[in-house]
Amino acid sequence: MCGAIVTRTIESMLFFTRWKAVAILLTALVVCLFALPNFFSESAVRTWPAFAQRHIVLGLDLQGGSSLLLEVDTNAVRKERLQGLADDVLRVLRQARIPFTGRAVHGNSVEVRITRDSDIETALGKLRELSQPLTGILGTSGQRSVDISDNGGLITLTPSDAAITERIRHAVDQSIQIIERRVNELGLVEPTIQREGADRILVQVPGLQDPSRLKEILGKTAKLDFRMVDQSMTPEQAIATHPPPDSEILDGEGGAKYLIEKRVLVSGADLVDAQPGFDQRNSEPIVSFRFNSTGARKFAEATQQNVGKPFAIVLDNKVISAPVIREPILGGSGQISGNFTVQQANDLSILLRAGALPAPLTIVEERTVGPGLGQDSINAGEHAAYVGAALVVFFMLVTYGLFGLFANIAVTVNVAMIFGVLSMLNATLTLPGIAGIVLTVGIAVDSNVLIYERIREEVRAGRTAINAIDAGFSRALATILDSNITTFIAAAVLFYIGTGPVRGFAVTLGVGILTSLFTAFTLTRLIVAYWVRMWRPRTVPI
Amino acid sequence: MAAAHRADLIHSKELHVRLLRIVPDDTRFDFMRFRRISFPISALLSIAAILLYFFHGLNFGIDFVGGTLMEVQTKAGPADLAKMRATMGSLHLGDFQLQQFGAPDDVLIRISEQPGGDAAQQVAVQKVRDALGTEVDYRRVEVVGPSVSTELLSYGTIGLVLAIGAILVYLWFRFEWQFALGAMIANVHDLVLTVGFMSLTRIDFDLTSIAALLTILGYSLNDTVVIYDRIRELLRRYKKKPMPDLLNASINATLSRSIVTHLTVSLSLLALILFGGQAIRSFTTVMMFGVVLVGTYTSVFIASPILIYLGVGRTRLGEAEEPEIPSATPPATPPVPSKSSTPQRRARVRR
Repeated sequence: MCGAIVTRTIESMLFFTRWKAVAILLTALVVCLFALPNFFSESAVRTWPAFAQRHIVLGLDLQGGSSLLLEVDTNAVRKERLQGLADDVLRVLRQARIPFTGRAVHGNSVEVRITRDSDIETALGKLRELSQPLTGILGTSGQRSVDISDNGGLITLTPSDAAITERIRHAVDQSIQIIERRVNELGLVEPTIQREGADRILVQVPGLQDPSRLKEILGKTAKLDFRMVDQSMTPEQAIATHPPPDSEILDGEGGAKYLIEKRVLVSGADLVDAQPGFDQRNSEPIVSFRFNSTGARKFAEATQQNVGKPFAIVLDNKVISAPVIREPILGGSGQISGNFTVQQANDLSILLRAGALPAPLTIVEERTVGPGLGQDSINAGEHAAYVGAALVVFFMLVTYGLFGLFANIAVTVNVAMIFGVLSMLNATLTLPGIAGIVLTVGIAVDSNVLIYERIREEVRAGRTAINAIDAGFSRALATILDSNITTFIAAAVLFYIGTGPVRGFAVTLGVGILTSLFTAFTLTRLIVAYWVRMWRPRTVPI
Repeated sequence: MAAAHRADLIHSKELHVRLLRIVPDDTRFDFMRFRRISFPISALLSIAAILLYFFHGLNFGIDFVGGTLMEVQTKAGPADLAKMRATMGSLHLGDFQLQQFGAPDDVLIRISEQPGGDAAQQVAVQKVRDALGTEVDYRRVEVVGPSVSTELLSYGTIGLVLAIGAILVYLWFRFEWQFALGAMIANVHDLVLTVGFMSLTRIDFDLTSIAALLTILGYSLNDTVVIYDRIRELLRRYKKKPMPDLLNASINATLSRSIVTHLTVSLSLLALILFGGQAIRSFTTVMMFGVVLVGTYTSVFIASPILIYLGVGRTRLGEAEEPEIPSATPPATPPVPSKSSTPQRRARVRR
């Protein structure tokens, strides 16, 4: 009876069918082979089939570069939405010829008072047209974009939270596109731009040592407008008294003040091209631009009507220049001059070509690593890895002899498999990630130690060699699984909460646990099984 | 066949002689007796660590309090800290620290968070870049604004709590609840002591410290689970053995493994501390303290004895039970050759 049980466990622990052995070796080999692209030059790898091209990406802390976390100004999005709603209210009520007073933005809503009680119903009906049903994932969600309430002639329009969230999401999407264009215009290599959470964007540029210029380019909204200068009074008078309702006071270069109409003649959205250049008369740097057909028509009309009057080129609410229109500009192109340096003209044309951001961006986090430190870190990581591995390999050899050699083979395969899996995942290797691998070497042999110590024990308990080996494996594997799962949970949590280098550590730690489980459950067992079959040992050499 | 066997014997004998025995076979240390010493010591150390945390505080890095960290390297010879300090002082950026970092030409600059939100931090960095100019190489610049630092701190805390909770649930699933609770008490004790160590040594407490703490949690538990596994096994096998004896037997049985594993882990960590570079030194130092020093001690002297107090095996003393099952471990060994050839024969048949 007892013998029968033991025979069965032998079958499960030390007996491998041929195809099973081949499957194990093949799996290990294929996973290891995935690590290959990391050892060849990029140009060589590019000629390989697509599935074999995946490789480990060095983190910014190792290859150097700049990582910027940008936050979209959601308040600006909200404010713009409210302003837009207020404009819509004005348009709708004027079209319907309904008299009203006190149209204003109050907190998170727009209020308007309908003068005549008899108009209230019609006004509500017209204003309700401004509120569209929102479509969610499952069709219409029942929510509408604006909530409208009436309190005895005082109508309040509040954009719903869902509508605002949708706007913010859209603003972030748009910002990502524009950032992509701007970064590409700067000629930076292999930038990655991705959304982070609800209102953030992560921009990573490998190899960028000084991100000052990038930050400056990203920090500008680049909202360009062409507007008329209000000549009904001087800016000084306007400051002293009150600017006319449809004009505002804007700053210019060198502390100059301008009184500018709020009405926009043509906006930057109608630009199709902008290029830096030099003025032919005085060789000052300028930016020349071209409108699309709508923009060209609007610009032509505006300049025809206003010959002899000054207009203003306004960028991000600042007047760049305010030239006088000498003749109608019909060709749809023009130039901006404003005491630029060459660099400024260059940057402005980049900004104009890429388009305006829907809302301002703030840099909330910056991490830049110079190439010197990156290379030092790679060297240190490699050095530590070799020394650590050598120490562990040597220690295992003197402690367990032949079985130590088995363990070392398993660990070597293990590390190769970690690189293979990381390549398959296109994972990012960071300095803490390298630490994770070195640590895994120390930990991976733990599975072997658990098995070997258990075998020793079983030998002491009086079992024969093969019996003890078999029992050692079957008893230790359950323990190995239990103890590794706890560490894996910790690694998973770390991956979830971590960013950048820390996440890299979590990845290598987690992958290392999985591969070491694989080697413990299959490869080590297979090696020992073959050794048993070849030598048929009477005693266990550990 | 006979010749092969002889060769085999000689072979294994040779190996046997050379091998290093770290822990002698069949140790019988009475670990349980130490609980009267280890529990008060751990309690005192934990209280000390908590007091340190509250009165000495942690040296929070910019990840959690915001601000700027710059590592610069002077291009011409060793850094003149006094001169740099004067240059920095003239910028009026509030609190800042200069510190030699590894090599004599390497300087670490910390600037506390500037009032005025996220944009103000960027202004400060640009000021420093302008002031130090091109005389230095900017090896590393990290700026964390107030909105991110608050988030990172809460993420870190949530992460630790989440990990502890998830592991507790897993252990509860695999063992009895007393084991889960015992492991948790023991390993929270590890974390408390490690935090105390970080407070004492003024090591930067940042995101990588959270990573270190989570790793310590994982590995200490790893160790604890190995011993618990054995305790569970012995609990099933010996129904009448008194609890302290049983715990002692479990710890002694796994002692050799614990020590060998900790040696290999410390060898890896040692290599990382010595050669892994300045950037991860605090990370690896903390792990060395937590995993090797505290973790080992805890699994043996806290995690196991605490099971007695949590009532594991309370029912077993003096209670009439079913007779001991002779069970699988001791001898019960049928002749060898038949078994060794079994797999081979089968394999041949399948071919």
